[in-house]
Amino acid sequence: MALDKYQIAQRIAKELQDGYYVNLGIGIPTLVANYIPEGINVILQSENGLLGMGPFPEEGKEDADYINAGKQTITTLPGSAFFDSAMSFGMIRSGKVNLTVLGAMEVSEQGDIANWKIPGKMVKGMGGAMDLVASAKNIIVAMMHTNPKGESKLLPHCSLPLTGVQCVKKIVTDLAVIELTANGFKLLERAPGVSVEEIKNKTAGKLMVEGNVPEMQF
Amino acid sequence: MNKVFTNADDAVKDISNGAVIMLGGFGLCGIPENCIAALVKKRVNNLTCISNNAGVDDFGIGLMLQQKQLKKMIASYVGENAEFERQLLSGELEVELIPQGTLATRCMAAGYGMPAIFTPAGVGTEVATGKEIRNFKGKDYLLEEAFDADFAIVKAWKGDTQGNLIYKATARNFNPMMAMAGKITIAEVEELVEPGELDPNQIHTPGIYVHRIFQGVNYEKRIEQRTVRQLAN
Repeated sequence: MALDKYQIAQRIAKELQDGYYVNLGIGIPTLVANYIPEGINVILQSENGLLGMGPFPEEGKEDADYINAGKQTITTLPGSAFFDSAMSFGMIRSGKVNLTVLGAMEVSEQGDIANWKIPGKMVKGMGGAMDLVASAKNIIVAMMHTNPKGESKLLPHCSLPLTGVQCVKKIVTDLAVIELTANGFKLLERAPGVSVEEIKNKTAGKLMVEGNVPEMQF
Repeated sequence: MNKVFTNADDAVKDISNGAVIMLGGFGLCGIPENCIAALVKKRVNNLTCISNNAGVDDFGIGLMLQQKQLKKMIASYVGENAEFERQLLSGELEVELIPQGTLATRCMAAGYGMPAIFTPAGVGTEVATGKEIRNFKGKDYLLEEAFDADFAIVKAWKGDTQGNLIYKATARNFNPMMAMAGKITIAEVEELVEPGELDPNQIHTPGIYVHRIFQGVNYEKRIEQRTVRQLAN
């Protein structure tokens, strides 16, 4: 069965390693914070100027001066630090952030990503996504395998304006975990009960399948 | 030397039609509410506005958009403003969308007296169109020029009459580098104190960058996405 967004987040959380500084994008990536494995200490970076992002505040304790990059009210943790936007992107650009998780509209088999604009229809802007994908060492995309029309989001080439080129390392979708290799997409794991055939059918780009592909473990 | 102005109307009174202004804030967090209200009241127009976001329909920079006071907007993310999207798609408003880190660093460069920076953000995308690309150690970077703004308008938590500023939490965001980047910098603060009352160790923006300062009033500090703790699914 295909994963829901919470299970996608849960699977991505297994990629976290102790001591990682992690930037989580808006949407499914934000949910990853709910599934940080026990014994693993990660520090969340919010690009509007906070390291050590804590949970949402208790009702009545919201403070307009404490928000995350999604403009949601948040709290700090012991050891948190605030900084300005230039320093925030300084730590991103200089490779101090170990892992970036973000959403996408399209990913190509070269690892290109598009997630900020649909010409003539939607213009929201790239925010910090272009800076993140241009510099992060490890980028995981969290998204549905197909768009609402049922069309594959894993393509030979992106059709939408790009956010970054040859940068995505891994994709976790509702159907599969896929790695980006020099030869295109490589299927690493499939969602429980989802066949390799179905994943192949819903992947427009070249998909390599080697041997028996295991089911995801949670 | 007197940097203290009585209020926002007084501090923005020489901002005229066609000016290039920077406005601090991320979303609605840390925006100079009093100065925006004064600019709306003054109905100054044809402005070029440099700010990370464009406010929401009825608050922040959105209030200036409603009155069509902007000629051009330079921002990184404008997703929460329907009037903005309408003006953009209809061609009434000139818009330059740039990566958030590039926006911050182009402000920083201005404040540090540097004409340009190199950044990898946007290489291989439409952001790179028409820009010089240089390769350093095997990686491509775009040349991005420092901003040149007539006025920078920032919001701080506390300030003293010499212009020293301290920001609170994530309301800091773009304010410190914009404060450094304006030809004339206007700071509105929640609390204005006498010199000596702020700990010099804690100053984020040294007063040399601030030309005008006043204590703001009636801060609404609107929250865009009020979220509270709940059990994870």
